[in-house]
Amino acid sequence: MLNLVSPRAKIEPPARTYRNDRGRIEIDNVGIVFDGDRGVHTAVENTSITIEPGQFVCILGPSGCGKSTLLNAVAGYVPPTTGQIRVDGEPVKAPGPDRGMVFQQYSLFPWMTVRENVAFGPRISGRGEPTPEAIADTFIEMVGLTRFAKRYPRELSGGMQQRVGIARALANYPRVLLMDEPFGALDSQTRAMMSENLLKIWAEFGITVLFVTHDIDEAVFLGDRVLVMSASPGRIIADIKIDLPRPRDGDLTVDEGFIRYKRLFHAQIRQESLKAFEQQNR
Amino acid sequence: MSVAERAVDDVPNPVPSDAADTLVDKQLSEPALVRSPQARKPWLKRKLPQLRAFVFAIISLVLFVALWHVLTENRVSFHVRFINVPSPKQVLEKAEAAFKSAMFFEHARISCRRIGFGFVIAALIAIPLGLVMGRYKMIREFVTPVVEVIRPIPAIAWVPMSIMLWPSNEESIVFITFLGSFFPILLNTIAGMGAVDPVLVRAAQSLGASERQIFRKVYFPACLPSIFTGLAVGMGVAWVSLIAAEMISGQFGIGYFTWEAYSLVQYADIALGMITIGVLGLLSSLLIRLFGNLLMPWKS
Ligand SMILES: Nc1ncnc2c1ncn2[C@@H]1O[C@H](COP(=O)(O)OP(=O)(O)OP(=O)(O)O)[C@@H](O)[C@H]1O
Ligand SMILES: [Mg+2]
Repeated sequence: MLNLVSPRAKIEPPARTYRNDRGRIEIDNVGIVFDGDRGVHTAVENTSITIEPGQFVCILGPSGCGKSTLLNAVAGYVPPTTGQIRVDGEPVKAPGPDRGMVFQQYSLFPWMTVRENVAFGPRISGRGEPTPEAIADTFIEMVGLTRFAKRYPRELSGGMQQRVGIARALANYPRVLLMDEPFGALDSQTRAMMSENLLKIWAEFGITVLFVTHDIDEAVFLGDRVLVMSASPGRIIADIKIDLPRPRDGDLTVDEGFIRYKRLFHAQIRQESLKAFEQQNR
Repeated sequence: MSVAERAVDDVPNPVPSDAADTLVDKQLSEPALVRSPQARKPWLKRKLPQLRAFVFAIISLVLFVALWHVLTENRVSFHVRFINVPSPKQVLEKAEAAFKSAMFFEHARISCRRIGFGFVIAALIAIPLGLVMGRYKMIREFVTPVVEVIRPIPAIAWVPMSIMLWPSNEESIVFITFLGSFFPILLNTIAGMGAVDPVLVRAAQSLGASERQIFRKVYFPACLPSIFTGLAVGMGVAWVSLIAAEMISGQFGIGYFTWEAYSLVQYADIALGMITIGVLGLLSSLLIRLFGNLLMPWKS
């Protein structure tokens, strides 16, 4: 993989001093069943996960296994059929600004400029100190898009739009950041750069991240922990700690340790993907 | 002042003050546009498409008038009879005379006023109703049957009923104009609500927006393009309905002027009335487009 990051990026390991005890996610015996016109479908089966504050956790699983459904339950869009989800002890009942969401699809408001998009959260919460726009500008600078602040989303590339999406979610100072294959629609080089950028932001923030992906490289590169999900109905079949040094950059992807993890996940994912494929073809 | 300082009391997890510096990666952040702007093409070359469209427009209009001139001056009668059809020159002469009389402008003014009232009232009712119907399924299920029953009735068919319903002729004509524009606006607004990307609604929810804020800041702007489609279509139907109503029951208005010209054997006035209707219709749809562009700067 190319290391396209400029020398400037090779800065001291981020201080974790900002990390605190905010952002614990508890997924407690959660099952999610869709009871639709086409019958009953179990998307997530009896899942329990605890994510510690500040952890970067990736959920890795084949297409259709229920990753998005589980994440949407944490976000509050989908109510769990059984069990409970808590963030810092508070049960999740509805979507809220304490859980920032970054979507796979482009989800910027097309009628707002980049600055207006990012200022949306601070403006709504009334936390405009000194102004929502000032907060927005700080976060836009953080994702490196200052000179595009006045553009409309359709004038940006896909990668830029996703960075604005990350800035918009963070501008609310959420407890946790939920990301549903945020780089899924990007080409692999942009993806690699976005991943590094995200890690830097995360390191500075010390925010809890729950990151859904079907890409093994991405999961190993980003995560402190990778949870492997089975083919439908989704269950967590492995919970693996990634013992690779941080800060991580593109060089890591050719590291022996990295490749060992990849091999480990390959076997599991291949099996599950086959299962998923057979299920879908039935 | 840094974000960290600003947000101390209520934000437990602020951005460190140097975040902005450490996290900006120039290569990542500023592709392409860092380059100096390229030398621009010469003016004439850049404007060529617009210029061509303009020239074509002129040629096509001139050809149309020329054809009209030839057909009428030669009194062509080939199944279609141009014998009594006024020539462009006659219409121009009539127009000069009409522009000097207050009466002609009075007709045009009254028509515009009727359109104004009927169309604006229709928009003021149809847009909120469409938004609410699009958002709340129960309201939609309740209102749609009535809409579907009334909608296929052309506004012109309402003329006798309208005269019975309303105490004055003026009101009944405005009502018919209203009816004509109401349904296109309503249906387009509902369709626009149905097409709102749910991911935008979810994004707004996760950013802390309340139901009301989502309605105002997501659903409404997301619907604006459809609303303006509805307004443009509605304006067209409003003119159709107005002219028909004026021809049948009016005492004033440009539709009445045109019909009266026929009764009075003022053939040039017929064409003058028609052209006036066309120009007014064109101007009103341009007005809507202009308004739409002002309200939707993110488009185009
Ligand atoms: N609203 C819904 N109603 C019924 N079934 C649903 C609904 N949402 C998801 N499902 C089903 O639940 C299963 C899991 O879907 P989900 O979107 O969570 O998968 P995923 O792991 O995110 O897949 P992908 O990687 O392709 O995004 C799928 O079989 C899907 O058809
Ligand atoms: Mg998904």
